[in-house]
Amino acid sequence: MTTTMTSRAESGTSKGPLLDVDNLSVTFTRRGQRDVRAVDEVSFSVEAGQHVGLVGESGSGKSVTSLAIMGLLPKRGVSVDGTVTYAGEDLLTMPRKTRNTLRGREIAMIFQDPMTSLNPVITVGMQIEEVLLRHTGASKSQARERAQHLLARVGIPDPSRRVKEYPHQLSGGMRQRVLIAISLACEPRLLIADEPTTALDVTIQAQILELLKELVTDTGTALVMITHDLGVVAGLCDEVHVMYSGRVVESAPRRPLFAEPRHPYTGGLLASIPRLDSARGTPLTPISGSPNDTLPWAEGCAFAPRCGNVINRCTQLTPTLEPVGDRALRCLNPLSDPPPGAAQ
Amino acid sequence: MTVPTDTPESLGQEREPGEGQPGESLWRGAFRRLRRSPMAIIGAAIVAAFVFVAVFAPLLAPYEPASTQWTELSTPFFVQGPTSDHLLGIDRWGSDMLTQLIFGARQSLVIGVVSTFIGLALGAAVGTIAGGVGGVVDTVLMRFVDILLSIPSLLLAISIAAALGKSSIALMIAIGVAQVPIFARLLRGSMLSQSRSDYVLAANALGLRRRTVVMSHVLPNSLGPTIVQATLNLATAIIEVAALSFLGLGTADPAVAEWGRMIVSGQARFQIAPWLAFYPGVCIAVTALGFTLLGEAMREALDPKQRR
Repeated sequence: MTTTMTSRAESGTSKGPLLDVDNLSVTFTRRGQRDVRAVDEVSFSVEAGQHVGLVGESGSGKSVTSLAIMGLLPKRGVSVDGTVTYAGEDLLTMPRKTRNTLRGREIAMIFQDPMTSLNPVITVGMQIEEVLLRHTGASKSQARERAQHLLARVGIPDPSRRVKEYPHQLSGGMRQRVLIAISLACEPRLLIADEPTTALDVTIQAQILELLKELVTDTGTALVMITHDLGVVAGLCDEVHVMYSGRVVESAPRRPLFAEPRHPYTGGLLASIPRLDSARGTPLTPISGSPNDTLPWAEGCAFAPRCGNVINRCTQLTPTLEPVGDRALRCLNPLSDPPPGAAQ
Repeated sequence: MTVPTDTPESLGQEREPGEGQPGESLWRGAFRRLRRSPMAIIGAAIVAAFVFVAVFAPLLAPYEPASTQWTELSTPFFVQGPTSDHLLGIDRWGSDMLTQLIFGARQSLVIGVVSTFIGLALGAAVGTIAGGVGGVVDTVLMRFVDILLSIPSLLLAISIAAALGKSSIALMIAIGVAQVPIFARLLRGSMLSQSRSDYVLAANALGLRRRTVVMSHVLPNSLGPTIVQATLNLATAIIEVAALSFLGLGTADPAVAEWGRMIVSGQARFQIAPWLAFYPGVCIAVTALGFTLLGEAMREALDPKQRR
């Protein structure tokens, strides 16, 4: 195991991990309404070149975590606690200008929806050039040349023509390729991909994932892959953090996690993936209930209302994230055996 | 690397022509809807005719402007009505009415367009600064705009025109400045809403400078409603030109044909020749209607709620 879930002592030095998220909490406050804690004391770290997955359903706090790391949450009505250290520097407390020079150059992000994440009124070439001009000190003509090169690299045919086109002239898959080209333009050391394939259809999804994997592996870029799809994580990530209701419930290296999920939620996610070899007509195995049926963490385990393994203590005691062997687990009554239907 | 099969061409063919295409360029989609709107066609036709008449006035007009060679045909007791020589009769000062109306279009167009352009430019500048910088600057500018908005624009224009003296330039500045608050407010509003869009978030995630984000991402996408407002304001501006001229605040040169002033001069003979005031009135109304129809149709076409 390359990251340490328990000891945080060595973080903060340049010898530590590339990105270290420690006790990150994000609370949305609105006058007249109860505070919503979207991210609750989340800790994880990413070594240089490592690929880490953040997995969970909608509303589990994955995207808010990524926005908090990037410093992209609105200032009003949001309070962010904890520390996010990038290469020894605290991202949350550094001046806005300093953080702005890191964004795009050192840390880049790919967003979920390629249909809306490109500016509709300027050409895709211009949108790539902008980043290069901002961060690399390239001249206009160098940037233009590099933009074409980048488009070719992400598998867009005829890049000299495509740079002059507008986003609406490209298909969804192409646009996501452009967004990948933009985010990797300055060869960042860390790439955060927030559900980069969710808005695409399945065949394009596979292509984009393959491309992303190839590019980050070639350049040695560390990757934080945020997804609700364990299938995406399976082929890509060294380490996986499963989130539920704002907290990490299970952290483990990929193989043990898939072979032997310990948290009932992880088990449920794995069991819910349809399998090619299951008999025709076999019903899918959903996790019962919806992400709305949660218990506040203060009153027990948030997953208890939907958990198949629930015991009395689950609704009385708040489970803590405990190291168990090579993983960390937040569960009072973990699974001991792989549930039926889990991926091997 | 295999090429994705969903090229934009194939996607376009599968869709109904009326269906909004995701991520389709704002202007392209709007233009598509605009072409199918009868309101837009009528408005555009009126505007085109008006501009055509104004531009080619010397070629279209049957006589020299302000020639006053038929003064005997306009007396307090008799005003010549339509004849084959003078299709719309003779005006108060003894010139050909049709000629004067045709040249009047020039005056309305020039003052209307220039003043709206002044208003648009100044308003856009104020709106961009307020929406782009935000914070205290935004608050101060917008409160000032609120104050200006609370004064009826015609009243504001009258005050400015009265202060600047009688000239076409004064008229343009007066009407232009009176439009600033509308444009400023509108542009700031759409910039604020664009600031929350995904591509602005993406641009911020790339660490682009705020200036770049505002000027190349937020502003160009926010201009739509403001441009539409400019079309609508052209109608108001043309009415205001006429109104200020009617009140005697326009150009002092009597040789310049101006619809508003033609109404005033027509009033003197209103009892025996009501058409003297009627014709320029119709011209003002139809032109304003044309710009309003076109502007309204554009506004509807650009409305995101119309995109299904």
